[in-house]
Amino acid sequence: MSCHSESIEKSNNRKNGEKLTIALAGNANVGKSVIFNQLTGSNQIIGNWPGKTVDRAEGSLCFENYEISVIDLPGIYSFSTFSLEEVVSREYIAKEKPDVVINVLDASVLERNLFFTLQLIEMNAPLVLCLNQIDIAKKKGMIIDKQKLEKALGVPVVLTIATRGEGLYELIESAVKVATENTKRKKINYHNDLETRIEKLTQLIETEKIDLEYPSRWIAIKLLEGDTEIVKLVKSKSAKIVDISYILSQELSTIHDEPCFSIVASERYAYASMITSSAMKQNEVKNTFSEKLDWVTTHKVFGYFIAIGVITGLLLWTFIVGDFLSGLISEGLSFIEPLDPQVSGPIVSVIWNGVFNGFVAGVTLVIPFVIPFYFLLAMIEDSGILTRVAFMMDSVMHKIGLHGKALIPLILGYGCSVPAIHSCKIMESRRERLLAAFAITFVPCAARTLVILGLVGVFLGPIWALTLYAVDLILIFLLGRIAMKVVPGKSTGLIMEMHSFKVPSLSVVSKQTWTRTKSIIFMVFPIYIIGSAIVQALYALDLLTPISNAMSPLTVTWLGLPAITGILLILGVVRKEFILLGAVAVFGTTNLLGPFSPVQLITLALVAMLYIPCLSTIIILIKEFGWKAATSISIANIISAIIIGGLAYRLLEIIL
Amino acid sequence: MTRSMEDYLKAVHKISREEEVASTTKISKALRVAPASVTEMLKKLAEKDYVKYSPYHGTTLTKKGLKIAEKTARKHRLLERFLHDVLKIDKIKVHEQACEMEHTLSDDAEESLCRFLKHPDSCPDDGKIIPPCDLKISSCAECVQLHKRGLEEVGKHKQNLISINKLKDGQFGKISFIRGGHKVLQRLLDMGLTPGTRISVLRVAPLGGPVVLAVRSSKLAIGKGIAKKVFVEIEE
Repeated sequence: MSCHSESIEKSNNRKNGEKLTIALAGNANVGKSVIFNQLTGSNQIIGNWPGKTVDRAEGSLCFENYEISVIDLPGIYSFSTFSLEEVVSREYIAKEKPDVVINVLDASVLERNLFFTLQLIEMNAPLVLCLNQIDIAKKKGMIIDKQKLEKALGVPVVLTIATRGEGLYELIESAVKVATENTKRKKINYHNDLETRIEKLTQLIETEKIDLEYPSRWIAIKLLEGDTEIVKLVKSKSAKIVDISYILSQELSTIHDEPCFSIVASERYAYASMITSSAMKQNEVKNTFSEKLDWVTTHKVFGYFIAIGVITGLLLWTFIVGDFLSGLISEGLSFIEPLDPQVSGPIVSVIWNGVFNGFVAGVTLVIPFVIPFYFLLAMIEDSGILTRVAFMMDSVMHKIGLHGKALIPLILGYGCSVPAIHSCKIMESRRERLLAAFAITFVPCAARTLVILGLVGVFLGPIWALTLYAVDLILIFLLGRIAMKVVPGKSTGLIMEMHSFKVPSLSVVSKQTWTRTKSIIFMVFPIYIIGSAIVQALYALDLLTPISNAMSPLTVTWLGLPAITGILLILGVVRKEFILLGAVAVFGTTNLLGPFSPVQLITLALVAMLYIPCLSTIIILIKEFGWKAATSISIANIISAIIIGGLAYRLLEIIL
Repeated sequence: MTRSMEDYLKAVHKISREEEVASTTKISKALRVAPASVTEMLKKLAEKDYVKYSPYHGTTLTKKGLKIAEKTARKHRLLERFLHDVLKIDKIKVHEQACEMEHTLSDDAEESLCRFLKHPDSCPDDGKIIPPCDLKISSCAECVQLHKRGLEEVGKHKQNLISINKLKDGQFGKISFIRGGHKVLQRLLDMGLTPGTRISVLRVAPLGGPVVLAVRSSKLAIGKGIAKKVFVEIEE
């Protein structure tokens, strides 16, 4: 629905190009993104909410004479202050006051979705209800009476099947109507005990005239719920209101023998349930295909097979597709300029070689590893398989203080740490994101795999390479457990909706792949190019030798490696493959068994695997978690590499 | 600070509120002790800076003395409420009992008692105002918040409840009671697990994994740690 599609010319008193803002709000996985993509096409800007690590998607379309900008709010279930997404959404709706909010609902889970709708009504947002996935609801034997629903809520309702574009025209039409006409809003009355207190408090808020951007009734409800942020906000203006709200909520607690936030939630659900039972008819249906698939994927035997199959599939996909494409691209690009780091000759040529190598590093990371990986991930995410895998793997992940969902970023880590850490967003608490990111820094990414294979696999056989992988897995587990004990806070358990299975929508999958890839490109490329040029120039100018000499007590005495590895390890900070490529360049031979003993090769590979996140990983750690966390993780990496490397060296000396 | 000192301060407080200064005679009447002993005690209290005492003008409380007098009165009245409201002791008898107990009630116990009684503001026998606490908080809500960090719960305890992680595939139950931190409780309520809601268990993952519930026509996976704290009545 872009500017070029047919738009109905209506006599309209508004002038051409009138601007409107529409916000899309609703639960997670109800098809909001599909609708957003269908509406805005390619006119999208994806970024972050200011100061928050929450994705913000904004797009635009033209409809009739209106220039409409569409904001896709994050998928949430409620307006509490317990997640950033919820805070972002409620602040947006209250402060930016979009002309209309389209509340997208999963028609097959009407009651639960209406719980959120009621909160939007409490916020006094101008609303249009979009009952999406009406086809899935029909398959489940649910018949929804649109008129009854409209009457009960006092809000226009549009039925849609967004994946097929059905109903979207009516949706926009209806949204524009709500935005431009002064529609009368119906008030939702909760039961008497609660309602009288809400009203009392609302009146008090209005007579006190505290100037807040939120509607009074909503504030009253939030005060009764004891929402910490709202309580704080109101207290700064009028302590009296807070005190009275406290007394009122105590009264309610005494009457119902429940904490007040529970009373309010129960009341909303009672209302939602009442509406649902009057507006929806449920017919008996046979087991659908989705149900059968659900049965298999969560089965105690088959479920594990499928979960392990999905994980292995993702890994194989990275290695096979990634390796193949990466080799192809490197070969193609090596015709232009040699890909081994050039460390001697005129300085300009060294820098140029560095720049080129950095560029190649970026290209060979993004195209072969990142894009296919993101694509497959988005597929299993959108289809609903991912939640089943997370469900099956939850108990294992708990051992390192994470829950099932954390498995996904960890698997991604075998491809590249950067997108892996970026995808830690799927977890709720910062602590879990941090723990997962920490674990990811120890997962051998494609570049480190190259080093392991190039140093150990080639010269000592695949058994040793596999041993290193196994050792790494044990280390991830042990270090993960230590981190779990060290990082303050408790693990939150898993509370996750299991959506119905669906055929992934290509538009959503490719859009998601591209959005994620784009943010990686913008971050990784400059770092690769600049970093690689600088390090190579430093090396060529012989500025790295003093550093490597200073490191020699560590590298030579403790780790038993040649002094020159100090330089290799510095090169490796920019790009892990440089440890291998650098060794080849420095020693001028492809047979590394000469300059290194077998023990040294294994030790170097082990250290390379653990010692520090590469530059782009550090950057994304800073971006997601701040300087402090990024530094702590890097230092933890260095310390573990030193300890484990030194121990391994001594142990291997005895064995070999 | 002895018990009788507290009694003296209380008496001075009570009398001086009615007539500005407390004369020795009034104090001796109120406490039923000889005027000579009163004078002696008032001198002692004045030395310790609890009262301002002059033989002919009478006695007033210092800031320090006032604080103790209010605290004792507060403990006294909270105890009266407790004796009357909770232990159901007759109104006429509570005063005497509270007079005995007020001196041994620790500050911690006073604070907990206040929360337990949901911050009453007056005492039962003569409706006197209970003085506010001296904690560094700005409202009772804050006090409750501060002490809520431990366990919280919603719903009702009943007999024969069972936690949902003990249910088998396909069993039904009605949510009766959920225990947990505010955050988890709110999240569970948001997802539709309000007290009284009918649920069924669709799947229990092996190895202490999560359970999948059917609730309000949606499917919800809940980790074992949380599932343990959700209690239901079993329905056939």
